Amino acid sequence: MDHLTSRVADVSGLRVVLAEDAVLLREGLAGLLRRFGHEVVASVGDADALLAAFEEHEPDIVVADVRMPPGFTDEGLRAALTLRAARPGLAVLVLSQYVEQTYAAELLDTGGGIGIGYLLKERIGDVKDFVDALERVAAGGTVVDPEVVRQLLSRRRDPLTRLTPREHEVLGLIAEGRSNAAIARRLVVTEAAVSKHMAAILAKLDLPPAQDDHRRVLAVLAYLRA
Amino acid sequence: MFTRTALEAVTRPPAAFLRSSWPWRSLAYLLSSVPLAALASGVVYAAVEFGVAIACAAAVLAVVVLGPVLAWFERVRLRLVDLAPVRVDRTRSAGPRAGLTARRARQASLPGTRVRQAAHPGTRARQAARSRARVAARLAACLRDQATWRAYGFVTLALGVMWVVDLGMVSLATWIPLVLLSGPLQPDIDLATGLALAAAGIVLLPLSAYLMTAWAGARAMITRAVLAPADAEVVRSRARLVDAFESERRRIERDLHDGAQQRLVALSMKLGLAKLDLPPGSPAAAQLDEAHEEAKKALAELRELIRGVHPQVLTDRGLPAAVLDVAGRSPVPADVDLVLPVRPPVPVEVTAYYVVCEALANVAKHSGATRCSVRGRLVGGTLVLEVGDDGIGGADPEAGSGLAGLADRVAVADGVMTLSSPPGGPTSLRVELPCPAPAPAETPRPAPSPAATPCPVLPPVENTWTTSPRA
Repeated sequence: MDHLTSRVADVSGLRVVLAEDAVLLREGLAGLLRRFGHEVVASVGDADALLAAFEEHEPDIVVADVRMPPGFTDEGLRAALTLRAARPGLAVLVLSQYVEQTYAAELLDTGGGIGIGYLLKERIGDVKDFVDALERVAAGGTVVDPEVVRQLLSRRRDPLTRLTPREHEVLGLIAEGRSNAAIARRLVVTEAAVSKHMAAILAKLDLPPAQDDHRRVLAVLAYLRA
Repeated sequence: MFTRTALEAVTRPPAAFLRSSWPWRSLAYLLSSVPLAALASGVVYAAVEFGVAIACAAAVLAVVVLGPVLAWFERVRLRLVDLAPVRVDRTRSAGPRAGLTARRARQASLPGTRVRQAAHPGTRARQAARSRARVAARLAACLRDQATWRAYGFVTLALGVMWVVDLGMVSLATWIPLVLLSGPLQPDIDLATGLALAAAGIVLLPLSAYLMTAWAGARAMITRAVLAPADAEVVRSRARLVDAFESERRRIERDLHDGAQQRLVALSMKLGLAKLDLPPGSPAAAQLDEAHEEAKKALAELRELIRGVHPQVLTDRGLPAAVLDVAGRSPVPADVDLVLPVRPPVPVEVTAYYVVCEALANVAKHSGATRCSVRGRLVGGTLVLEVGDDGIGGADPEAGSGLAGLADRVAVADGVMTLSSPPGGPTSLRVELPCPAPAPAETPRPAPSPAATPCPVLPPVENTWTTSPRA
């Protein structure tokens, strides 16, 4: 049984604190999460309110926009980093209208990269995928936006050129934080085939073999960011 | 044609020139050197009467005390032979940042923002101390200002040499024709010879006009170059324009981010939710799918557009992060080695950022390279950036590759751009931007990266094409 899918079973009914300054989006997001059976215990519009709401509600996961009042720069991200520093295991999903490697790196460097997500805000549109990502993060998974992964993969690193195109594709999906089962579904192959690709990739990149999906994601991300 | 300077006047058709006021203006201009002559003669007289030491002291004193007055006098009389406006604005000559400061001061006095007033009445001593401090600060600014020293240099030259040439030209140009003209009146010359001499004098008069006007024009040109350099003002006004454009771009970015982008995300989410409610395979579901895809494409396009308008990460995290980000999106794999111990001032950061963007775009479009590199260090007070690739070389700044625009942008920041791109490659673009110590941060800035190390000096690249603001 897949590690992540086993955890997904107990991530229904999450208690969520939502921080997003655009009212339209905040309400929409809250409605969406409720529809999937999660409870939005607080939805706030700025970083200070987020910290206060966290203290009050002790949620399972925090969903925060990067850019929030009063400075409209990266207050949400900083608040997320503060929360992660105080509570390393806290699941945090950071949303942004643009993605930056730098921000991804800052988030992954907290709490050992466990239970962290960083996604483009527009991924909300793919409702099911989005909720799935949220649940994976709540379960201690790591979710990195494909856009960031694409940037990381495009950086020149000699061993990467030894990968076949298919392996490249699989590597990208791993880095996004997807499980073997999810990758198999995406590429319309069997899980066994994915496992084979995976072994080949790990060998080519001199990464230690890992059965655990999550450890594998972190190893791959650490490799790509190095 | 409208003539603005004496030198332009000289190039006009002779009839037009001689009928114009320019010869007379030039004469007046040169004759206005008489006060300088008087002053210099005074010094010479002092040398004869009281000894060389006292005369030297008097000369130095005269230059120091009268320097600013004489410089003002030179600018005023410049108007006789140069109709272009002369602007000497000391608050502006402190460099491009001065404009910014002035703008901030204006913003601070907008209604709605509170301006702090002198709080305690009757504290005259404190006010006096403050005004003394203000005077001292202005004096210090004056002494730091290049223009002050240029003015002193020019005044010394004018007092020492120029008045001799000025008055010498006037006497040369007027004396000989006048002597010749007086031929018929001379008692010991017969009338025929006298008339012939007078005719020669009449012929010489226009030549004198040319002689005087030409020297007056040349002198005016020197005066303008030293005392009222126009190009520096142009560079500064360009810098202000770039600043204005940049803040406008930020505003547009904010508007798009808070408006269209949020709405599109909300729309995309609603479409996504609607899809859940429709039975798969129904005609409406297919339509909805298409609509959803379109919305996502629009979002992606808008995201790229916004990034192009103003890179938020540059504001939030500084140049290295922004460059890393650009390099990450570069189709040609790029190695980044950019270490800055402090954040440069915002205009320098923005210029450097656009330099890297444009350079990487050029690498992708024209170079045929398989890899490239971006290196940057702060060396002394200069930000040195190098973008190199292993492509085919032969980059031509004249061929509309965006390099010319880049050079302009660098020139506005008072920087220097050097391109080395021999046919066959490799290409290396080096940009040096003056980088004064950052102003006290107006927004909270993150601490410098722990990786910050003292910067090794980059070796200069072979110089095949250089632009500089003065080139």
